[in-house]
Amino acid sequence: MKEQMILKSRIEKGDFNRGGENSSKLKELLRKLGVTADINRRVTIVTYELEMNIIIHSDGGGINVYVTPDAVKVVAEDSGPGIEDLEKALQPGYSTANDEIRNMGFGAGMGLNNVEYFSDELEIDTGPGKRTRITAVINL
Amino acid sequence: MKLSGIISLLQLEPLVEPGGVEFEVTTACGCDLMSDVLAFTQEKTLLLTGLTNPQVVRTAEMTGIKVIIFVRGKRPQQETIELAREKGIYLYLSPKPMFECCGLLYEKGLNSEEIRKII
Repeated sequence: MKEQMILKSRIEKGDFNRGGENSSKLKELLRKLGVTADINRRVTIVTYELEMNIIIHSDGGGINVYVTPDAVKVVAEDSGPGIEDLEKALQPGYSTANDEIRNMGFGAGMGLNNVEYFSDELEIDTGPGKRTRITAVINL
Repeated sequence: MKLSGIISLLQLEPLVEPGGVEFEVTTACGCDLMSDVLAFTQEKTLLLTGLTNPQVVRTAEMTGIKVIIFVRGKRPQQETIELAREKGIYLYLSPKPMFECCGLLYEKGLNSEEIRKII
């Protein structure tokens, strides 16, 4: 089925002040497209967590969002440095975030776990020293 | 309990009040970890927090939280107030500590949220 890109964004490393802008824009776009509040909430939470992850952990990246008649697909991609231990990173409570990030209310080790919980399908392509590409699909 | 009752109970100072205060609030969440808020809260709950940066408003926006109360008299940054205004989210300041705010609301019959098991 043909997919349509509805959001394309560039996210800078450490840009906390703008964190959430893309998810906010996406929420409004999906509402206009007639996506139900429950699905919209799941998509925006997933996107927000991925957006904050790029800001906190990566060297910078971007998020693109696509819709098909059956699903919303969120693709987050960064230029590194990759997730050292993916199995651990998916465990609730595990975090490599520093104190500055924790003081901002993040780095509680729930990010990727939340993404997994609110997605219907999740694919993570990463490794030490590699770029990370995360594809989360939420069915409509 | 109505928001108007919560305002007098917790001695709240309004910072952003985009509409009326006579609507019912049934659950509350006291939390400084935004990822936990994203993981566990339901829509339309009330958030009590000591964190004052704009990400608190962003988190509320994503989860559908309508009311945020900053505890311990901690005044939020101007950016936080402006973002709440833009998003139509209620912001209040309480001089009381977190524990007391939660205790008073619990005593008046507000419930915790049901939280999902994570392990």
